[in-house]
Amino acid sequence: MKLSTMRRHVREGTKNIVRNSWMTVASVGAVTTTLVLVGIFLALMFNLNQLAENIENEAQMKVYVERTAEDQDIQALEKQINEISDISEMEFSSKEDELEGLISDMGESGDQWELFEQFNPLNDAFNIKTYEPEQLAGVANQIEQMDNVEEVNYMKDVVDRLIAFNDIARWIGIIFIGALLLTAIFLISNTIKMTIIARQTEIGIMKLVGAKNSFIRWPFFVEGALMGVLGSIIPIAVVAGGYYYLYNQFADEIPIPFFELLPANPFIWQISGILLGIGVVIGIWGSVMSVRKFLRV
Amino acid sequence: MLLIMIEMKNVYKEYSHGVMAVDGLTVNIDAGEFVYIVGASGAGKSSFIKMMYREELATKGEVLIEGKNVTDMKLKDVPFLRRDIGVIFQDFKLLPRLTAFENVAFALEVIEENPKKINKRVLEVLEMVGLKQKARFLPNQLSGGEQQRVAIARAIVNNPKIVIADEPTGNLDPETSWEIMRIFEEINTRGTTIVMATHSQEIVNKLRKRVIAMENGQIVRDEHRGEYGYEA
Repeated sequence: MKLSTMRRHVREGTKNIVRNSWMTVASVGAVTTTLVLVGIFLALMFNLNQLAENIENEAQMKVYVERTAEDQDIQALEKQINEISDISEMEFSSKEDELEGLISDMGESGDQWELFEQFNPLNDAFNIKTYEPEQLAGVANQIEQMDNVEEVNYMKDVVDRLIAFNDIARWIGIIFIGALLLTAIFLISNTIKMTIIARQTEIGIMKLVGAKNSFIRWPFFVEGALMGVLGSIIPIAVVAGGYYYLYNQFADEIPIPFFELLPANPFIWQISGILLGIGVVIGIWGSVMSVRKFLRV
Repeated sequence: MLLIMIEMKNVYKEYSHGVMAVDGLTVNIDAGEFVYIVGASGAGKSSFIKMMYREELATKGEVLIEGKNVTDMKLKDVPFLRRDIGVIFQDFKLLPRLTAFENVAFALEVIEENPKKINKRVLEVLEMVGLKQKARFLPNQLSGGEQQRVAIARAIVNNPKIVIADEPTGNLDPETSWEIMRIFEEINTRGTTIVMATHSQEIVNKLRKRVIAMENGQIVRDEHRGEYGYEA
């Protein structure tokens, strides 16, 4: 496309936004409201996703071996556990390793535990991960049946509940975001349709003198995209600003296991980009939908 | 041998509500001809004309412009068909926010003509229709005849091979109508084919051309240097 033509499309699209200023305000308002909600949901969902990943990466079980077990019993147990197909990683941790881990976990107060190095009250253990966190329960059941197992521990309640919650939240989020986006597209397409009706003579003449459909469509692309950009300014400010604030205030104080807020940098840039992108896409989509009908024949 | 510009072969146009607007029409119009289409309202003149520039599609039959079948033409080729045809209406269809100059230039801008050429060409055609002095006027500052001349300028600015006019003098007083007809004559003299639907008995009878008379979607008379034929 020639530069002069492109300039014309941008000029026409912009002019249209100004000329139909009330329509524009209505449309941009719709996009703004939608994107604020979408932004909040997206921020939640990304963080939930992170939670799911954390569960996946960190959720593991500990199999405590009875203290009476001999070396060969432990080896037999290891072999037996190894036969379970859902296990992705397994690592033996002797009671000395366990104590060391405990001491370092405790930080300064861990010093007191060093006394136990003389008489270690802990058990040998296996740290086991499954491919999916959902598999933990089944695997735990199987291992509990085995000889020389004192206890299997995997934060059953927490993991199960987090998984269930996460699934539901994800679905609600997807449905909600989808519905919001469709509404916004509908509103934009309606607004632009009204501006098209006002411009029908002009479009008719353009077609009559042999303008290509793409030429007629371009200013509407520009108009839709601009509405999207305008509509995403406030949502970006609200969502990115809000997240930045929340992150700085509360990132370290959230008491949910496995949960941590995604770091504000780069997250606020990412979500800003996504909101801007969604705004532009629904703007263009809405305008294309409304123009299509007028370009037939 | 004359080149056939417009050719219709057994063309039917039926609207969705069952009205047969054009009923088995076969006709040839040669390059450079000047043809009046006459007939009462509802005789099918407009449908006949609109099928030429593919504003409407024939239900059956072939409509050929310069040998190309318009009816089964690909959608992306339609703009190029229309660049060869200038269309003029009874109600001018000018864009009210644009000046006379801009209205004419618009036709070239939207087909992405080189901006440098646009200026020169627009002034040329405005001069031809006698409106160079009023190039900066808005449509509502011009008389009906002047507005129609702007519309004609817009129709011919792209040097089309065919000019189609649907009752171009319908809204104009007799004197102004003759000014418009003189311009059509001049365009025709330069080799452009002209098809004009009209109700004006006076024009048809004085400025003798080929006359195609329609009734109920059919051609009832086709005469060279014909007359209007019945009392309007």
